[in-house]
Amino acid sequence: MTADLKVRPPGRAVSAAPPLRRSRVAPPWWFVLPALLLFAFVVLVPSARGVYYAFTDWDGLDPDFAFIGLRNFIDILDDGDALQAVWHTLLIAVAVTVIQNGIGLLLALGVNSMIKTRNFLRVLLFAPAVITPIVTAYLWRNLLGPDGAVNSLLGTVGLNSWQQDWLGDPDLALWMVVLVVVWQFSGYSMVIFLAGLQSIPREIYEAAAIDGTAPVRRFWSIVRPLLAPAITINLMLSIIGGIKLFDQVYALTGGGPGHATDTISTLIYKDAFTLGDFGYSIALAVVLTVIVAVVSAGQFTVLNRNEKAAS
Amino acid sequence: MNRYTKRTFVLEMVMVAVGIVFAFPVYVLVNLAIRQPSDTSSPIRPTTSPTFDNFTGAWREAGLGGALINSVLVTTVSVFIVLAVSALAAYPLARSAARWSRGTFLLIMLGLILPFQLASLPLYQTIRDLGLLGSIWSLVLFYAGLQVPFTTFLYVGFLRALPRDFEDAASIDGASPFKTFRYVVLPMLKPITVTALVLNAVAVWNDFFTPLLYLSGSDQQTVPVAVAGFVGQFVSDWNLIFAALLISIVPVLAVYLALQRSIINGFAGGLKG
Repeated sequence: MTADLKVRPPGRAVSAAPPLRRSRVAPPWWFVLPALLLFAFVVLVPSARGVYYAFTDWDGLDPDFAFIGLRNFIDILDDGDALQAVWHTLLIAVAVTVIQNGIGLLLALGVNSMIKTRNFLRVLLFAPAVITPIVTAYLWRNLLGPDGAVNSLLGTVGLNSWQQDWLGDPDLALWMVVLVVVWQFSGYSMVIFLAGLQSIPREIYEAAAIDGTAPVRRFWSIVRPLLAPAITINLMLSIIGGIKLFDQVYALTGGGPGHATDTISTLIYKDAFTLGDFGYSIALAVVLTVIVAVVSAGQFTVLNRNEKAAS
Repeated sequence: MNRYTKRTFVLEMVMVAVGIVFAFPVYVLVNLAIRQPSDTSSPIRPTTSPTFDNFTGAWREAGLGGALINSVLVTTVSVFIVLAVSALAAYPLARSAARWSRGTFLLIMLGLILPFQLASLPLYQTIRDLGLLGSIWSLVLFYAGLQVPFTTFLYVGFLRALPRDFEDAASIDGASPFKTFRYVVLPMLKPITVTALVLNAVAVWNDFFTPLLYLSGSDQQTVPVAVAGFVGQFVSDWNLIFAALLISIVPVLAVYLALQRSIINGFAGGLKG
């Protein structure tokens, strides 16, 4: 493999000369202003207002709205559909994270070998990750339909009894969402794992091979600890991406059948723009924010500890 | 262990099989996009008498031409803005250890956690009050702000690992801070800029939720919104829909294949900071 998949700064801070502290002119603080203002206007201020609106009965239009305390949040706890959506969101996030990273790691090990098609496969397997998610979801909606290619394929190999309306079955539809996300982003996980694998010096690996260490043992004791940063990034990306999932559900099932695949994000959209219930919708967004924050903080702590322990 | 053994051959066969499984949906996409609507044979059987009518029909009906122009415009302008302001901001944030600098950095990093759903509804109201609903400039503004935390994070991480010597030399020679940034710091940031460019461009180009909100009810659309509208309109005319999906994918795949190494390295590299 010729490509070194890491972007490195052109030089490290290695200076033999005595430090020239006197000459250091700090760049002016106002350099941050353009970025800070854009960020404040688009993210910070609206988010703060969002948290406030979550405690009101705002409908998105009427300037006269009332402060109603925890009403919206109590309503969420009473709302079976909302609780289901929270459950679906977590289930999708966990399932996608486990399956996508499992497949991604196997693919990375595969294309990191001596096989002749490794470069071609790397480009092919990563390709879905750059395609617009809404487009891949519409493609899969047809593939998984009653007359779709998946059923045709099953028919061709004699598994006619497996043929069904994959997205029409409430028990299966959620897993089809997971399937589509995994198909699209396994290559993404692969690329990050591959960068991690290629940063492992060959000598270490070869030394272990010469010593007669079994492949599984080699993977567990040498590759896995050195892969820790790639694992951290991959888990973060896939779990947060899974929690925020919207496009794929919107295009594949629209949250259906019934509410079988609704996630927090699709409910936020429906409550605000089809029901006009902005206050309630924003309260759901606050719930989503809390889940993302808790998961990121928890994951960061655990993985950071493991990464330190491994290195 | 660098030899091509029998086991390598078995692995090669397994990986090629996996590749075929991954490529299968795209095969069906192309196969149905070139098929006449009257042809009702199995979707996996190769199309015998291909036609291009679906493409011309989809292009005309979906308004993909205008949508492509909008998507290119929104992506280019917003990514340019976000790279410029983030690189500029990263310079003092990476170099100053003052309290305001650390505080500002943490504040901006808060944006990495906040899901955009929280900000998008109140911002919807502001955009409406400004009369920007239905205008693609609302999207440019949105992405320029939304992508600041992630891009700044990349730049600051990269800049911290760079030596200060060149900047110091420039300022000793009397260069102004802005000149130092423009002619000394910025060129050194090139590798991470490629990464940030790739990741931001893909994120902006592919976004569906934001234009769905901010452009709804107008005649302006981006590619994802045009595709969704088209699917809603031609519910079961799948040959036509697949042609539209394929048209929307081709520019992305063309760029990807042309710049595959930079793009794959961008995805892999930036995240390792």
